[in-house]
Amino acid sequence: MTTPNSAAALTLPDEQPIVQIDKLTKTFGTTYAVDDISLTINKGEFFSLLGASGCGKSTLLRMLAGFETPSSGRILIDGQDVTAVPPYLRPVNMMFQNYALFPHMNVAQNIAYGLKQEKMPRAAIRERVQEMLALVQIDALASRKPDQLSGGQRQRVALARALAKHPKILLLDEPLGALDKKLREQTQFELVNIQERLGITFIVVTHDQEEAMTMSSRIALMRDGRIEQVDNPRRMYEFPASRYAAGFIGSVNLFSGQVISHDDDLVQIHCEQAGCELQVHHSQPLTPGMDVTVAIRPEKIAVRQQHQNEANSTQGIIQEIAYLGDVSIYHVELASGQRLQFTQPNVQALAEQPLTWGQQVAIHWSAFSCGVLTQ
Amino acid sequence: MKQLHRLLPRIASGNLITAIPWFWLALFFLMPFLFVLKISLSEAALAQPPFLDWIQEIEDGLVTIQLNFGNYLLLIEDDLYLAAFWGSFEIAVISTLLCILLGYPMAYAIARAPQHWRLPLLMLVILPFWTSFLLRVYAWIGILKNNGLVNQLLLTLGIIDQPLTLLHTPVAVYIGVVYSYLPFFVLPLYATLTRLDTTLLQAAADLGARPWKQFLTITLPQSLPGVIAGGMLVFIPVMGEFVIPDLLGGPDTLMIGKLMWTEFFSNKDWPMASALATVLLLVLILPFVLMRHYEQKASRQAQES
Amino acid sequence: MFKRHPFATTVLLLGLAFLYLPMISLVVYSFNESRLVTVWGGFSSKWYSALLDNKPLLSAAWLSIKIGAINACLAVLLGTLAALALVRFSDRRGHKSLAIMSAAPLVIPEIIIGLSLLLLFVSMERLIGWPAGRGQLTILLAHVTFSMAYVSVIVQSRLNHMDRSLEEAALDLGARPVTVFFTITLPMIAPALAAGWLLAFTLSMDDLVVASFVSGPGATTLPMMIYSSVRLGVSPQINALASIIILLVALAVLITGLLLYRRQRQLPHP
Repeated sequence: MTTPNSAAALTLPDEQPIVQIDKLTKTFGTTYAVDDISLTINKGEFFSLLGASGCGKSTLLRMLAGFETPSSGRILIDGQDVTAVPPYLRPVNMMFQNYALFPHMNVAQNIAYGLKQEKMPRAAIRERVQEMLALVQIDALASRKPDQLSGGQRQRVALARALAKHPKILLLDEPLGALDKKLREQTQFELVNIQERLGITFIVVTHDQEEAMTMSSRIALMRDGRIEQVDNPRRMYEFPASRYAAGFIGSVNLFSGQVISHDDDLVQIHCEQAGCELQVHHSQPLTPGMDVTVAIRPEKIAVRQQHQNEANSTQGIIQEIAYLGDVSIYHVELASGQRLQFTQPNVQALAEQPLTWGQQVAIHWSAFSCGVLTQ
Repeated sequence: MKQLHRLLPRIASGNLITAIPWFWLALFFLMPFLFVLKISLSEAALAQPPFLDWIQEIEDGLVTIQLNFGNYLLLIEDDLYLAAFWGSFEIAVISTLLCILLGYPMAYAIARAPQHWRLPLLMLVILPFWTSFLLRVYAWIGILKNNGLVNQLLLTLGIIDQPLTLLHTPVAVYIGVVYSYLPFFVLPLYATLTRLDTTLLQAAADLGARPWKQFLTITLPQSLPGVIAGGMLVFIPVMGEFVIPDLLGGPDTLMIGKLMWTEFFSNKDWPMASALATVLLLVLILPFVLMRHYEQKASRQAQES
Repeated sequence: MFKRHPFATTVLLLGLAFLYLPMISLVVYSFNESRLVTVWGGFSSKWYSALLDNKPLLSAAWLSIKIGAINACLAVLLGTLAALALVRFSDRRGHKSLAIMSAAPLVIPEIIIGLSLLLLFVSMERLIGWPAGRGQLTILLAHVTFSMAYVSVIVQSRLNHMDRSLEEAALDLGARPVTVFFTITLPMIAPALAAGWLLAFTLSMDDLVVASFVSGPGATTLPMMIYSSVRLGVSPQINALASIIILLVALAVLITGLLLYRRQRQLPHP
């Protein structure tokens, strides 16, 4: 997501590393929560750690905050080794998943807490608290206690409190998890806005791939304690590095086949499942006979009037249609019995659909719209 | 090195926080038991304090230590002591059962009461506990004696024509014990019952079980660890109870607590009293272990749900 | 409530009646003109005035209050340390033994605690000369020892239910562990500390057995006085005393209940 006044700023975050994670491992007994992870995060990035529950993203975040001690490896923040530094001495602040607002203090006192620890003069604290209240737009709530606030308001207080000390890095643990859909969308926008304004590096943990895609400048997809892929959202989506990555983000059609030949960056693949030969644009060399998977995103598939017997072109019978308002998803059963999904935007509001259940449909896609996965 | 310097205060403060109560309890709770053991192996004497020390003589490098096992032998031989142990056990077991029978429905009723009734009901159960134990036991003297409340009521109603002997009987002791220890059972059991997962009951109802069946097959088994832990909370102190048998019991109410008191204060036989204490402690180890086990089981259950 | 659980509710009501009738009888008979406590001779408050003239009883009451208050303060201090050690520092040496030592005083019969402590004090006096003789100090030491166990249980429960992430948030915002304890943890467990203080005070005020063992000449506590009085039978002054105590406790419980109730209602949601 880019905002109009920041397109320039966001496309190229400062390529200065601010967090360097070096071969970090965390074991709990015999379980590897985080397994030999190395990662660099740059200044000003909105960086997401994405993955299913249990993949180790929260453990990694907690190690960055200082609440878990790594079993091995190092963490460097701005060049300094902070691996053994306790949380209260790190230039990092965290926004907790359950907000963790101090119930016996009001909003202003909550926000001021971190500043008091720095022994800031009282006038300066008051000023900073006002600044933060304005930033997250809760000026009127300063003297309320947490139990008098709604979920969304508490979240803003948590954010304001975590930003009050102007940390170099802000860690956010599932920040939007407790919000409903509409509020989530609104808050995503605001979070990105705030991050750009302040220029702070945000590191967010989330299990929601849409959220990660919407807000981040880069995403690290994690699985079983390891990093599956690190990329910006577009590349994550268009060029997934593995079947797992392809399936995790968005929907995807996966076909197994064998490489026939590879010339001039074009791979010919024999694929029985698809009912046609597959032709994919791929730059890395592949040996003939190799087993590969081809990933085709549903929106890259187009309907044609007549089936043609050529590569990347097949036909099947529509089994299911999911109508989502803006698009419709069609599930097609191919001759091989394999199912395939494609989407069509509902460009016209017609009473009947142009495509119906049981209809035979011919579909095709471009060699530049799919990818070969070797993992 | 710098890291160690930062971590050191954390390690030190944690150890200090553990050490302070540890040493206090070790000195004022644990050590005394060692002295009890030691003195149980001495001989009573007309002295101040009234027992002979182990170390009898130190002469020319010769130290004579005399251990007296006589108290323990007497314990085993003399029927009085065995009868007292048995009496204590009997009273403790029956009172515990009575507390469970009376206390379980009470705790259950409070736990299932509408939300805004629970706090007042709990306060009602707790209030007697905060008033003097001694005075409440004393109150029963006035109620149970020959011209006391109960007898006056029964006489006036014409149900009896001679006053019943209620005071200084085992019945009075049972009433006194249940009366005093009921809150001890109700409160922890209430805590256990409120932590039980009510959705399990809904599932049972959905599968066709009637309320009584739900209770018998789901609530009761689930609350069992809490019942056992609470029962031990009554059983163990009652074994050594003194005040109630002394004020409400009679000469034939044999309890270890009373006996220990008599041996200590009346007979000035500290060694014998110590021997009784040691044996009682040993007897209570098993119930104590049981209680801890079931307490932890009950809290683990609560955490899971 | 009666409709849904008729059996349990009936037992509850009977049980409550059982619990309260003796106390009510104490109060009623404290106004009895007749010396024969349970034979009604008319309404009179003379026993209350007799009580106020009973110097030995009053000084025993004062002693008990003194010891009770000091005991409560020390018990809260030690009990809270023990609770912290058991909940937050469960990996340190001595954890298991501390757990047992702080749970045992809750159930071990008072007579064993009293006897064992007396033997300790006697032996200590012979070995190192302290405590010199038995009296207020030894009663205090004994009371603190079992009171802290009760306080520890209460505080542990509160600590266990406390949200750990609050302490983490404080650490994250730059507060050192000690600061976190005093600014975050302590305010959050304050109700448990208050409850523990009251409990320790009550236990001390009410203790007969342990005090009888470890006390000495000149240190007679209120329970000890009451006991020697009631051994001889019922005494109307004791009834009067009992009524006063019941009244004070009832007031305290009522006030606490009202405060809690109002706090519960004060949780508005916008």
